[in-house]
Amino acid sequence: MTAYLKLDHIDKSFARGGQVSEVLKDIRLTIDKGEFVSIIGHSGCGKSTLLNLIAGLTRVSAGAVLLEDKEVDSPGPERAVVFQNHSLLPWLTVYENINLAVSKVFGSTRTKAERHDWIMRNLDLVQMAHARDKRPAEISGGMKQRVGIARALAMEPKILLLDEPFGALDALTRAHLQDAVMDIHSRLGSTTIMITHDVDEAVLLSDRIVMMTNGPAATIGEVLAVPLARPRRRIELSSDRTFLRCREAVLKFLYERHRFVEAAE
Amino acid sequence: MSIQAIEDTKVKAFPAPAKPAEVIAFTAKVRRRFDPTAIAGKLASTLVPPAVVIIVMLVVWQVACSSPNASLPPPSQVWNEAYDLIAHPFFDYGPQDIGLAWRVLISLQRVAIGFGLAAIVGVALGALVGQSIWAMRGLDPVFQILRTVPPLAWLPLSLAAFRDSSPSAIFVIFITSIWPVIINTAVGVRNIPEDYRNVSRILRLNQLEFFVKIMVPAAAPYIFTGLRIGIGLSWLAIVAAEMLTGGVGIGFFIWDAWNSSRLPDIIVALAYIGVTGFCLDRLVAAAGAFVTRGTTAK
Repeated sequence: MTAYLKLDHIDKSFARGGQVSEVLKDIRLTIDKGEFVSIIGHSGCGKSTLLNLIAGLTRVSAGAVLLEDKEVDSPGPERAVVFQNHSLLPWLTVYENINLAVSKVFGSTRTKAERHDWIMRNLDLVQMAHARDKRPAEISGGMKQRVGIARALAMEPKILLLDEPFGALDALTRAHLQDAVMDIHSRLGSTTIMITHDVDEAVLLSDRIVMMTNGPAATIGEVLAVPLARPRRRIELSSDRTFLRCREAVLKFLYERHRFVEAAE
Repeated sequence: MSIQAIEDTKVKAFPAPAKPAEVIAFTAKVRRRFDPTAIAGKLASTLVPPAVVIIVMLVVWQVACSSPNASLPPPSQVWNEAYDLIAHPFFDYGPQDIGLAWRVLISLQRVAIGFGLAAIVGVALGALVGQSIWAMRGLDPVFQILRTVPPLAWLPLSLAAFRDSSPSAIFVIFITSIWPVIINTAVGVRNIPEDYRNVSRILRLNQLEFFVKIMVPAAAPYIFTGLRIGIGLSWLAIVAAEMLTGGVGIGFFIWDAWNSSRLPDIIVALAYIGVTGFCLDRLVAAAGAFVTRGTTAK
């Protein structure tokens, strides 16, 4: 059986002023269709770089990213990214922001009415249909991130890439959005990769958690399967044995075996 | 007795002050918006100070130029001798004898063509310089040198090239106003957040779509700053260019009036030029504010 997404011996190094710094070294990972995988690690370990490689925004130095056995060498809508700071275009309304993506991806295959329905379906999915005519500056951070998710989903991606999507949000909004993402994932079964630095978030949302070692030349230290049944409810899980065991495993990895050394530079 | 009394006061006290208080607050807010006295007060506070300054300036000027051997005419003489120019901006008595508003319009037409071309070419070149590091390395030094050339220094060359005064004047406008447009657009394009570029890459926008849908709106505040400087410069240049090339524009009118020693006419023409330049500046600023609404807020 071939994997849906395969990261095949990926190295990534940046050359800056004659100095080559190795960021990622020998990353090997396979992800199945419909899986929700989190990548966790200390800041500076190259997790965002890894996501950019999968998105195609940066090129690998060695190895390959294979999506359905095809090599990823440029960004495209089948690998939609939800950026940490939402990246909505401020001069467009919520509706227009999604329309920009939808008319580019489905401009030739769907009629205008179909595209309109599709935009509204995705806005409904993130419960933002009421704000369709608002500009990003007029809505809250959590709402912006919802629209960012709707824009990514509207591209009908093969893989949804979330780059610390809730990092800039307060704890309550974050919990709401996590629930929304879980709900969407269960409904659409979208293959999802999420970058995070939040242990609870990783355990709550993921099927598997990929733990990165510290840079330079970071690699995958451990992969933890989270054998929790879905749908998951955060209140019930807070005392669940399996949840706590997974949480402990991740914490041990991050704070015992791969402690973050502040003065690494 | 006592219980009833409490109930009574409750019933009366609660709804009575709460509701009307809200209603009053709302109507007061709404009323304040359309309050004619408030608007009049605002108008007065913006119009009265400049009016006072202008009156003081006129009085000083009148006193300074009242002596019989003064070299410049006082305001009263300007009013008397150039009254037809002030009162009738749109008269038309033949090819060279027309009102100042017509002359301003003719000059504005040249500015419109020259500045319009400069805006289009300037935004395109600015986008190129902002987008491509090699275009910047190649073009930027050339631009930096050329932009310091004074507008009128281009005139002899353009007269030689176009062999006609009107296209030469338009060329001078173009070459004067294009530099701030190029430079500001380039800065705006260079400052487009990396995230917007990533969004366009993921959507696979082509060059034209990226230019129209991301680059121009994202750089719009910078572009309009450049356009505003550009329109000011081109209005400066047109008057000087027309003085040398002739024709029927406002610039040539001043030169003509000087040659026939009609100083009051010159002063009236200066006022026309100033007011027109002010209006042009405000027009571009207003267009910029309209177009970039929403872009400035993050």
